[in-house]
Amino acid sequence: MEIRFILIQNRAGKTRLAKWYMQFDDDEKQKLIEEVHAVVTVRDAKHTNFVEFRNFKIIYRRYAGLYFCICVDVTDNNLAYLEAIHNFVEVYTVVDEMFLAGEIRETSQTKVLKQLLMLQSLE
Amino acid sequence: MPTVSKGDGMRGLAVFISDIRNCKSKEAEVKRINKELANIRSKFKGDKALDGYSKKKYVCKLLFIFLLGHDIDFGHMEAVNLLSSNKYTEKQIGYLFISVLVNSNSDLIRLINNAIKNDLASRNPTFMNLALHCIANVGSREMAEAQKQICFLTWICSCFQGVVTAATSLITTLAQKSPDDFKTSVCLAVARLSRIVTSASLDLQDYTYYFVAAPWLSVKLLRLLQCYPPPEDAALRSRLTECLETILNKAQEPPKSKKVQHSNAKNAVLFEAIALIIHHDSEPNLLVRACNQLGHFLQHRETNLRYLALESMCTLASSEFSHEAVKTHIETVINALKTERDVSVRQRAVDLLYAMCDRSNSKQIVAEMLSYLETADYSIREEIVLKVAILAEKYAVDYTWYVDTILNLIRIAGDYVSEEVWYRVIQIVINQDDVQGYAAKTVFEALQAPACHENLVKVGGYILGEFGNLIAGDPRSSPLVQFNLLHSKFHLCSVPTRALLLSAYIKFINLFPEVKGTIQDVLRSDSQLRNADVELQQRAVEYLRLSCIASTDILVSKNSAKRASSPSLGFNDALNLNSTPSSGASLLVDVFTDLSNPAPTEGSDEHFTRFVCKNNGVIYENQLLQIGLKSEYRQNLGRIYVFYGNKTSTQFLSFSTSVTSNDLLTPQLNVQVKPVDPLIEAGAQLQQILNIECVSDFSEAPVLNIQFRYGGTLQNITVKLPVMLNKFFQPTEMTSQDFFQRWKQLGAPQQEVQKIFKAKNQMDTDVAKAKLLGFGVALLDGVDPNPANFVGAGIIHTKTTQVGCLLRLEPNTQAQMYRLTLRTSKESVSQRLCELLSEQF
Repeated sequence: MEIRFILIQNRAGKTRLAKWYMQFDDDEKQKLIEEVHAVVTVRDAKHTNFVEFRNFKIIYRRYAGLYFCICVDVTDNNLAYLEAIHNFVEVYTVVDEMFLAGEIRETSQTKVLKQLLMLQSLE
Repeated sequence: MPTVSKGDGMRGLAVFISDIRNCKSKEAEVKRINKELANIRSKFKGDKALDGYSKKKYVCKLLFIFLLGHDIDFGHMEAVNLLSSNKYTEKQIGYLFISVLVNSNSDLIRLINNAIKNDLASRNPTFMNLALHCIANVGSREMAEAQKQICFLTWICSCFQGVVTAATSLITTLAQKSPDDFKTSVCLAVARLSRIVTSASLDLQDYTYYFVAAPWLSVKLLRLLQCYPPPEDAALRSRLTECLETILNKAQEPPKSKKVQHSNAKNAVLFEAIALIIHHDSEPNLLVRACNQLGHFLQHRETNLRYLALESMCTLASSEFSHEAVKTHIETVINALKTERDVSVRQRAVDLLYAMCDRSNSKQIVAEMLSYLETADYSIREEIVLKVAILAEKYAVDYTWYVDTILNLIRIAGDYVSEEVWYRVIQIVINQDDVQGYAAKTVFEALQAPACHENLVKVGGYILGEFGNLIAGDPRSSPLVQFNLLHSKFHLCSVPTRALLLSAYIKFINLFPEVKGTIQDVLRSDSQLRNADVELQQRAVEYLRLSCIASTDILVSKNSAKRASSPSLGFNDALNLNSTPSSGASLLVDVFTDLSNPAPTEGSDEHFTRFVCKNNGVIYENQLLQIGLKSEYRQNLGRIYVFYGNKTSTQFLSFSTSVTSNDLLTPQLNVQVKPVDPLIEAGAQLQQILNIECVSDFSEAPVLNIQFRYGGTLQNITVKLPVMLNKFFQPTEMTSQDFFQRWKQLGAPQQEVQKIFKAKNQMDTDVAKAKLLGFGVALLDGVDPNPANFVGAGIIHTKTTQVGCLLRLEPNTQAQMYRLTLRTSKESVSQRLCELLSEQF
């Protein structure tokens, strides 16, 4: 039960984040990035969030213009990783609390944390 | 890399980094780095001990230099020292350094392991995290043993959820590699899982995700449990069953939240629990419940859940407890096959149909899969074809349905029907007498279609060749109609298929004397006799010859085909066929028994003569033993496959062979004999390979000596091995001009040998042509002004030389005589070739 790599790409294929948990050469990495992009961007709502990819599978979710992809073994639990992506995205909303329109919005750490808790309870 | 904030200092590092960045050239950078390295080295070697802060700063600098691309060969000791600091930032840099710059010094590793152990036992979550992180990222073999133990201890006593989650993954991987070491983890895993699953909403608050308690940890624990069989201890087993039932119950309760995150988290745990239930395969109640739950998901509005349900159900289908329950969903699955937009979901549906197939629903399932095949993605067709073929064979109640299904497969997806599939259908038809007529009729009708797949032609050709007689009575499928139908596809096919068709034609000649003439014309045509492909040419020539001399009693092809073993249900057998339809040396050997000249007994040379113009056949036969051979030659090398057939019902013991040549022949011809088994079972055939090398031209023949023990008596047989000089002929095409030029050049008396002789056999142009080709020369047209004469050319290849040969054969039909002229550059060659060839007519 291992994650092979995590990729965050935008619709155009530009990589925003890449974290590798397996040994790949640089050109292999580039190839993988291109392949993942090709596979994931053609899918729509009628498709599942899981794609067979080489001898692994990719679990992905699209948030606005960004594709969050996790590459795991074929035997891994799909839904668990899907929610892991969501968990990760939620944490990133911290960024939204601190910065707005390129300006620093809130700098008090306590206030930011309080706001997040409130948001969470809102459901 | 840690941030350089004002509280932490390390200004020295910041300065160093900006120095590097400001360097104008690579040399300047290297210079600056070396200066720093020297500085650090002296500080480390220095008399006064460095304080933690400085150590941290310098180790950090070393790390930075390493990341820039320079090698670092010191600093490990200092980094390891940092591990024992109480300050988080110092520890962090220490761990970072040793994670990146791995060192295999065993002393250091021991120290590192100690540090890790201390940190794990420290009950300080940040320290524990650092240690675990290091183990996860480094994990070298030297560390492994120590790490295993460390991890396990941590796991047991940790009360920190995050730590447990991380450690569980590690334990699972280790348990997969050596399950016995970690058996005790089962008990603990169940305990923890149980606690999570039955927890009230206030516990585990931090780890509750959208109202689901610790979903990721639950999934991991369930994963870990899948490394082991169901617990033997009854109490533990029932506790686990309770857990699983609770999880299944929760799935049926109304959801605590409308958000998809809640349902995904809940279902993630559910699917993993179902996977565990399936893995254990021991509680019928749980299996049926799981199946029902999945059944609901099959029609869920979310594609993800439908996909996962299809996937899980596939594994459920193979359990005897739930197989019937799975079958009840067949209509839903078929519907999914037809309506799902995502191809991967459709694929899961196909897999599930395949898994749930049994005798009760096989016809329906195969029909659905065939109709799906018509529009399926090319990348998955081969898999579906194989699945359909396996199902059709496994569940065929009557074989007519099986034949129909396979022919349909070929029609719909011919390109993806592999050889194993169509070999199999032929093998089955051959062994099931009652389906042979049906197969012939169906194949005949299928071939009428204007565009047939080549595989259909292969199957059709073989079946009509064997069983065409069963439908020949009907004027619509008379022998001539059948032949024309097959031959109409001939030119569209590849070489192997054409070869198969030629074999079918000779079978037709055998079965239907009335079409013999038509077929012989086809065989006789230049496109066959002079075909560029050696296999086709050989078959055409040999079949033509056979058709001319053989009587209609040859039903050998039927018999040898019937010898096919009875089909077993496994598909693996297809790969080990005892008689593949298209070729097989044993088939050829029997077919070429020349019935008009019975195989000779010891001492006779008649068989020898028969082999001058052909390479395959039986060279010896008595009541005990049949010896056949198949030879091939290339330039000055040859290979003979000798087949020894035990015709009796007793074993041959102490079987041995040798090849001897007389003194003259030995230096001229090398014969290498590969050793054989000393035992030939009753009715069995033994193959031996002889490798031949022609060193120089020769006139004698080697002798094959065979010895064996049969029923107590010793048998001794000698047979002249049919290796003659002309076997090493390479046919040579040339223009009329060239021919005559060379003919004149070879005008010296010793170079020409001529012989006039009486025709022994009936004088027939075609037969003569075939013989000359079989002899090994190229027949040249339009060279001799008299069209009735034959002109040939070739090169004899020996190791030492190559000898060009020209020949001319002039038949005199009125006098029933021939004149044969041979011109080569070597007298002995001319002599020998003339000798050999004149005996053939």
